[in-house]
Amino acid sequence: MLIFLINSFYYTFAPPFKFRILLREIRFIGTKSMAVIILMGSFTGMVLALQGFHMLRKVGSEALLGPAVALPLIRELGPVLSALTITGRAGSALTAEIGIMRITEQIDALTAMALNPMRYLIVPKMVAALIVFPLLTALYDLVGIYGGYFVGVKLLGLSAGTYFSQMEHFVDMEDIRIGIYKSLTFGILVLWACCYKGFYTGYGAEGVSKATTEAVVMSLVLILISDYFLGTLFI
Amino acid sequence: MIEIINLRKSFQGQEVLKGVNLRISQGELIAIIGESGGGKSVLLKHLIGLLRPDQGNVIVDGEDITDLGRRELDRIREKFGVVFQGGALFDSFTIYDNIAFPLREKTKLPEDEIHRKVEEALEDVGLLGVEQKYPSELSGGMRKRVALARALITEPKVVLFDEPTTGLDPIKLHAIHKLIVDTHRKYGFTGVMISHDIPEIYEVVDRIAFLFEGVIEVVGTPEEIMHSDDRIVRQFITGSLKGPIKTVHSI
Repeated sequence: MLIFLINSFYYTFAPPFKFRILLREIRFIGTKSMAVIILMGSFTGMVLALQGFHMLRKVGSEALLGPAVALPLIRELGPVLSALTITGRAGSALTAEIGIMRITEQIDALTAMALNPMRYLIVPKMVAALIVFPLLTALYDLVGIYGGYFVGVKLLGLSAGTYFSQMEHFVDMEDIRIGIYKSLTFGILVLWACCYKGFYTGYGAEGVSKATTEAVVMSLVLILISDYFLGTLFI
Repeated sequence: MIEIINLRKSFQGQEVLKGVNLRISQGELIAIIGESGGGKSVLLKHLIGLLRPDQGNVIVDGEDITDLGRRELDRIREKFGVVFQGGALFDSFTIYDNIAFPLREKTKLPEDEIHRKVEEALEDVGLLGVEQKYPSELSGGMRKRVALARALITEPKVVLFDEPTTGLDPIKLHAIHKLIVDTHRKYGFTGVMISHDIPEIYEVVDRIAFLFEGVIEVVGTPEEIMHSDDRIVRQFITGSLKGPIKTVHSI
């Protein structure tokens, strides 16, 4: 499995680059995940604001609602939940796609044409993930913050100035950087697990189904474990 | 052209090929027949290095490909075209893009020249007009013809056919066989075809090799196979349940 990852990194930087396929993958992993990311992000922010407001009110610190929504979103929930969402929406589909290509001999057909399947199937997906994961995480954070704004300011009566000025005061560039590092790491881990499981799928429909399940479970586990270790590194 | 020497291959302790020897001459069309699950496709995949043998050698144009690295193997693979069992067309590409794909990736031909070649290939297989369709929109027979067009587009020296007629009705089966004979005549490639189509195959190929229990039991012209005295060959070509080949009834 490690050799698979090393190979995909090697071919990422070895020309020729497949830009057309890369654009297609960005569209599939990224653009098509936007709706669900917006939905998830906005409700995550709304829940954070609702719970945070009532908790902060007990200690008389409602004014800190902005950072109470933004910090966990940017540092933890944004990268983790957007990675989990992309895994569910795109990761499983990628495993199934590659798995079906394997059992219908399309991968053998590429090899027989003296073309490297790694370059055509895996690398564009990996690169697309590196581009798309941070962008979708940023989108998740953004709509989450506005979800929190909607609940905190529009529903619970906090002033908009307080919400954003406190956020500006407490959120540093460092927090944003941590979020980006995490999303990049999750992007690599998710695509690694999903592509590997699809590429080495078992026989028939059962093999693809098993590979898809394993890919999703492995991705979720990798995201949560690596999030803990990245957390200890960046805390 | 191709020489297979004492080829052995096992999967999970089960030996599928037990020392296959076969020599295929340039320009001939040879069929490999044998029991289902007897290792014919495994043998075919060794010819282009999709599988590596446990023992033995595969010589292509005088070069032993058994231990070649990926780059060297790719150089050998450029001499081959392969028609896979289910066609192995790329689902997400149109028929036009499927056929144009090897040219776009392996040559520097301008797009108008690629267009001309794709149209010619589609005309050869009698499928003009389906360029913008996707593989899922075609019948099994049409997909196999597209696969043949894609395999021939780079004008390979050798074409491997993995059961090109499986699942087709008798008319489409004859149509595919005629197509293979016609394109073989036109392009002069060396053809290796895995087939179960007895007796139809007698009219198509120059020689037939019978793979049985992991070895080539008999090789000969269709005439020789038809009149073979070998009990195993006789049982296989007549489809008899009685004889040395184990069947459901004799197990």
